[in-house]
Amino acid sequence: MGAQGNILFSGVGGQGILLASEIMAYALLAAGYDAKKSEVHGMAQRGGSVTAQLRYGDKVYSPLIEPGRADIQVAFEMMEAVRYLPYLHKNSTVIVNTQKILPPSVATGQTSYPADVLDHITALGIKVVLVDAFDLAREVGEVRTANVVMVGAVSTFLPMDASVYEGIISARVPAKFRDVNLKAFAAGRKVSQG
Amino acid sequence: MTQLGDDSVWMSGNEAIALAAYEAGVKVASGYPGTPSTEILENLSRYEGVYTEWAPNEKVGLEVAIGASFAGVRALATMKHVGLNVAADPLFTASYTGVRGGLVVIVADDPEMHSSQNEQDSRNYAFAAKLPMLEPSDPAEAKELLKLAFAISEEFDTPVLFRTTTRIAHVKGVVTKGEKLSSSVSPGIEKMPAKFVMLPGNARNRRVVVEERMRRLREMVETAPYNLVEAGDTRRGFITSSVSYLYVKEAFPEATVLKLGMCWPLPEQKIRDFAKSVDQLVIVEELDPFLELHIKAMGIACHGKDLIPNQGELNTAIVRKSVDPTFAPELFAPVALPMRPPNMCAGCPHRGIFYNLSRMKLFVSGDIGCYTLGFLPPLSAMDSCVCMGASVGIAHGMAKALGAEAKGKIVSVIGDSTFIHSGLSGLINTVYNGSSSLLIILDNRITAMTGQQNNPASGCNIKGEAANAIDLEALCRAVGVRHVEVVNPHDIKACRQVLERALERDEASVVIARAPCVLLPEMKKAKHIPFNTRLASCTGCMACVKLGCPAISWNPVTPQKAKALGYKEKQKGFALINEVQCNGCGQCQALCKFDAIVGQEA
Repeated sequence: MGAQGNILFSGVGGQGILLASEIMAYALLAAGYDAKKSEVHGMAQRGGSVTAQLRYGDKVYSPLIEPGRADIQVAFEMMEAVRYLPYLHKNSTVIVNTQKILPPSVATGQTSYPADVLDHITALGIKVVLVDAFDLAREVGEVRTANVVMVGAVSTFLPMDASVYEGIISARVPAKFRDVNLKAFAAGRKVSQG
Repeated sequence: MTQLGDDSVWMSGNEAIALAAYEAGVKVASGYPGTPSTEILENLSRYEGVYTEWAPNEKVGLEVAIGASFAGVRALATMKHVGLNVAADPLFTASYTGVRGGLVVIVADDPEMHSSQNEQDSRNYAFAAKLPMLEPSDPAEAKELLKLAFAISEEFDTPVLFRTTTRIAHVKGVVTKGEKLSSSVSPGIEKMPAKFVMLPGNARNRRVVVEERMRRLREMVETAPYNLVEAGDTRRGFITSSVSYLYVKEAFPEATVLKLGMCWPLPEQKIRDFAKSVDQLVIVEELDPFLELHIKAMGIACHGKDLIPNQGELNTAIVRKSVDPTFAPELFAPVALPMRPPNMCAGCPHRGIFYNLSRMKLFVSGDIGCYTLGFLPPLSAMDSCVCMGASVGIAHGMAKALGAEAKGKIVSVIGDSTFIHSGLSGLINTVYNGSSSLLIILDNRITAMTGQQNNPASGCNIKGEAANAIDLEALCRAVGVRHVEVVNPHDIKACRQVLERALERDEASVVIARAPCVLLPEMKKAKHIPFNTRLASCTGCMACVKLGCPAISWNPVTPQKAKALGYKEKQKGFALINEVQCNGCGQCQALCKFDAIVGQEA
């Protein structure tokens, strides 16, 4: 059996996880893999904790990633990186947008945002790549491209060339946002290339 | 949808079903939005040559599809699992009339209740209504089986049920485009009273036809290509269907599997032969022991719900562990974190109403929609929620049960789309049978929770074209409500006065809280003047924070920091408005007694 893998996207409803996971899926399909992706629609999208699960390989049956088998986690928010810890294994790579989005109980002062929350992951010896996607997106000129910054950051952990992603991004986003999205992709890629 | 090769596309189960309906030559499709079924009609509405519509509820949607079938064209009705309860009445009798043009009813179940109030198993309807039901396991199979469903419908003169679940509807996979088919049935008006008029005399004759049809179907499914034995290790064999099949393939790739593409009627001989071929037989299915019960009724020994959970959705790990308890992977332990439940959007008009209700010591009889989130803290202003439209009848029932004691203490809350779906008949009952309960219609001009679908009050049809819009005030007055008032829910203080006045009345009254959903495209495009906090004036009273708006956050401070910021030492913190998230509704400004919240212009 050839290469196969599981990519778990996690974040908060409204952060653009669906588009980011779509770009990744197209890139894997363009590379000749079979793929399946599971999304959550409906009630959870209203600011709740959301995931998208992307699986690829020669032949993919189940659309869901088993606990302990996510090879890459792309987390769009720090606490949402930690929430899905049981999905990871010790060789997983976690790419985290260092943004904090306060859940209602924190925003209303009932409880506080856990300090040093990512320590829960690093303490297990799991590789963590920090991406300040919001700032990088602002630097390229459009804060709404933070999700594409994250695609750039994860792209270096997969075998496809940058040109594959660039072609997909160009085809997917409206013409007037093409350049800014390509810049966002490059900015994210630079972070994980170190 | 994304084109991959010449005929390959990457699409969700719902997109694949829409493509299949188009390729099958469907001419009329109707339904009511409901997660996870909604995107089927949304996508189908973009194909040429198919009439699509949002019906006010699933019952009407199915009746429209039955009418189209009677007129000799291929027709489709779509709904979520609870919608089939609403449509069950026409369904059970359409089983008797049969069809002219192929008729398929798609029902999308939601194991795990990702976005539902219960997790019923719609396969039971196939048994109860004596109808065939197909069950695909992924988008590619959904597309192939739906095209077949129309052929089966016409060949066997029967509506065909087609069941998906969330993990088929909202899963994306590679799908192959196919040829466009057409029906051999001729459209037109054909009078067939013995078939279409279900009076007792005719229905008794059709009842016989139903049994004969099911007998023919049972014969057909023995050799149907979608009921397939996959050879393998026969020490443990599996019978499975739907997405459970995929989990079995991953958990036990070596095992032999009988994969059922049609879960009703069952291929009894094929099942008997398969059972004989294996040492141990395990039935793997989500929710009810539907296959298991019917297989056990054949006198076949098998495992099923003694091993496999009957609640929630399955996955590969659950299937593996249920069948092989020695499987216990070492997993990282979950970390206790603050929960992140969904929340009403910043600037949501519903928040203004629920803020008032949370402070009025009322029993709030709620309903199904985004506004069900009014239940969650900090507003916690919903006390019951049962099903679409139930808020009105429940409030009336409580009022009748408690008499004078309940006066001014019970209110029902319903969205515009849900009111039209099935709240209106409850309101008629309230007026006719005379209770003084207050109904608040949260009119945001759209069916919001399922992703902004137009409804009969929106003024637009499924394609976004101009359509007749129901006048909700006139409608309420027409059924006999004498006191109908319209309020702007963002105006919290004015709303409170109107609500208090309405609760004092001795007869039914309706308050329509009207403001558009902030997710409407025109609202997203509109320029909002965001509010921000004049920090020097903030006293940390938390009045604005208690709205629970995602744009407002509480920032605790130490006494030292409070002093450094120029606050009194005992001030515990300050509120901050995120200008990017703020939609400028102004609800918080109305609650601030210290003029600490100002429009950005100021």
